Amino acid sequence: MLSFFKKKEGGTPPATAPSWTQRLRAGLARTRAQIGGTLGGLFGRSRIDEELLEELESTLLMADCGVEATQWLLAELRGRIRRDKLETPAQLRQVLVDLLATLLGPLEQPLDPAGQHPFIMMIAGVNGAGKTTSIGKLAKHFQGRGHSVVLAAGDTFRAAAREQLMEWGRRNDVTVIAQESGDPAAVVFDAIGAARARGIDVVMADTAGRLPTQLHLMEEIAKVRRVVQKAEPGGPHEVLLVLDANIGQNAIAQVKAFDKAIGVTGLVITKLDGTAKGGVLAAIARQCPKPVRFIGVGEGIDDLQPFRAAEFAEALFEEAPAP
Amino acid sequence: MLDNLTQRLGRVVKTLRGQARLTEDNIAEMLREIRMALLEADVALPVVKDFISRVRERAVGQEVLSSLSPGQALVGVVHRELTELMGGQSAGINLATQPPAVILMAGLQGAGKTTTTAKLGKWLKERQKKKVLAVSCDVYRPAAIEQLKTVAGQAGIDFFPSETGQKPADIAAAALDHARRHYYDVLFVDTAGRLAIDEAMMAEIQALHAQLDPIECLFVVDAMLGQDAVNTARAFNDALPLTGVILTKLDGDSRGGAALSVRQVTGKPLKFAGVGEKLTGLEEFHPERMASRILGMGDILGLVEEAQRSVDQDKAKEFAQKLKSGKGFDLNDFKDQIAQMRKMGGLGGLLDKLPAQFGALAQQAGGAVEDKAIRRVEGIINSMTPQERSKPELIKASRKRRIATGAGVQVQEVNRLLNQFEQTQKMMKQFSKGGMGKMMRAMKGMMQGMR
Repeated sequence: MLSFFKKKEGGTPPATAPSWTQRLRAGLARTRAQIGGTLGGLFGRSRIDEELLEELESTLLMADCGVEATQWLLAELRGRIRRDKLETPAQLRQVLVDLLATLLGPLEQPLDPAGQHPFIMMIAGVNGAGKTTSIGKLAKHFQGRGHSVVLAAGDTFRAAAREQLMEWGRRNDVTVIAQESGDPAAVVFDAIGAARARGIDVVMADTAGRLPTQLHLMEEIAKVRRVVQKAEPGGPHEVLLVLDANIGQNAIAQVKAFDKAIGVTGLVITKLDGTAKGGVLAAIARQCPKPVRFIGVGEGIDDLQPFRAAEFAEALFEEAPAP
Repeated sequence: MLDNLTQRLGRVVKTLRGQARLTEDNIAEMLREIRMALLEADVALPVVKDFISRVRERAVGQEVLSSLSPGQALVGVVHRELTELMGGQSAGINLATQPPAVILMAGLQGAGKTTTTAKLGKWLKERQKKKVLAVSCDVYRPAAIEQLKTVAGQAGIDFFPSETGQKPADIAAAALDHARRHYYDVLFVDTAGRLAIDEAMMAEIQALHAQLDPIECLFVVDAMLGQDAVNTARAFNDALPLTGVILTKLDGDSRGGAALSVRQVTGKPLKFAGVGEKLTGLEEFHPERMASRILGMGDILGLVEEAQRSVDQDKAKEFAQKLKSGKGFDLNDFKDQIAQMRKMGGLGGLLDKLPAQFGALAQQAGGAVEDKAIRRVEGIINSMTPQERSKPELIKASRKRRIATGAGVQVQEVNRLLNQFEQTQKMMKQFSKGGMGKMMRAMKGMMQGMR
């Protein structure tokens, strides 16, 4: 389960199955089938020509990389081809993987709750991005690393959002602080108080889904943040924005809007499995870089995992089918 | 990103001024711009390619009207084509069967199926006086059934209880039986969100479809969806005989290219659009407006509607009365006006909705009137006593000092606000006397004052 941490520390390849890399590969099977399917043909060609690059452009666009990031990637590739005198498409593949890994590298900043006590996290996002589900999975993640967790049911708007979080709390055996109704900021304030009283390590505050165009709701969430600050001067220590990987170029607008309102410090990319998309990460890296803390590649409770740029890029352009 | 297509074409078009005809040569570069614009609006690439070749066919040989630039002419063609593509046969919900008419809702996780079920249920109940029952077959996500129960209650439609321990097929059978015996007109079957590649889940919904034989099988899709919309839609369309599509979260600021992708791939009509979290937020789909939106040409009709939605009718009436009588316009009203403006998304939000040329003009004219300044004005008014608000003439030096401290601003700002208010008041008086010309002049003064 934690094999990849072992790997990180000791450098030994994971022995326990299924390893994170394997799961990532399995989860990104579709993306690879999409990109790799065409790329397989592409890189199988005998030489690099204009046609190949054009195909590559289409493929990147179809992976939701967006116009800007695609053009940048292609320009860089062309530069490399000229500079390094690349000849075979197989070389091109390696360069592309490296490029993407370099582009995404700065986004790889794992989240460490150890420094603060309690470590307060706010989770925000548009409707249906998977906020509550991610919180459930994150609670499990932190518990697995020996942190105690309390959840705040800050989604006081959507029907049964509180019950949904309670259910996650029950499954993970985590306390959920909730109120009958009312102000999300108040619920979060309560939860911070409770965490302090009980000596709990991590507070995760759920919030209602909102579209960035709903200004009054954006103001409401800004208030939640201010209240957290009041309850804990250094907080919130982490403001996570949950993004649905299926979403297209609007993802960038979302990152910008939420960043303006609440100062986003990290991203969670959900539903990366089964979609053809990993490319939106490239667009984000180009246009509004924020650390990607976690990515979700499956529906299982362990399928939300820290983001690793090199492995992600490699998995995206893998040639051989997943083991 | 928000570069408007017309503007972008404008840049290209500079080179082809004065050409009377659109030809293969002179539109190639423009078509490239259109391609980029569509891709940025998240229209799927295969659909874009298809569309571009269609536009090329239509556009070549078109005469450019003297009043239009070639770019405008081309945008016209694109807009027409888009509208046509997304329009097609008239939509609406088909209930022409022996009751209960079963409506099956399908879609990805988080698309908005449950909310849409309640919205549509409310719509059918209120507009067509149908007796509506809703049931949830989502036994997977925690509290999904609870959610439908709550929203169904809010929408005033009946809810058939189910349990997470049951099988979806059993739930559906029981609900159908219940609907038959209690003479319901419509039965909504809400399903769990599923990925199109999840074979087990797709088999489940296929079985559900075979069992229920619904007259409407609606595909609920998020307007923000990216390039994958095309694959998702195709997979759902292959697995299920869809009868229509509902686009949700259209009130966001995505350009909604997914609408075009889904329409193109499934060939099924786009029936409704979901806007906002409230249960009244369901509109019939307008292809023309969607086309404008995808092209980033501004949505004036949407703006008008939004204004109608967010303006409090009673307050507006009261205000009109005050205007007519020409007196009693006080700082409370002033504040209300500001609040109304804020509700509609502030000045920035309004400017975004305008077509780019107007937007740029408006920015030049009143660009300095930032939302921040407006918030400050609101703060100042909030620091006044109710008496001061209704009788601003009371406010003299010492009160001004108190208000300034309360709002955390300089006394000059309070003065400026009072000046602005006085001018507005004057303007209102003139308005009531019908002095339109004078009013325009006064308005100009106010703009400068706010700067």
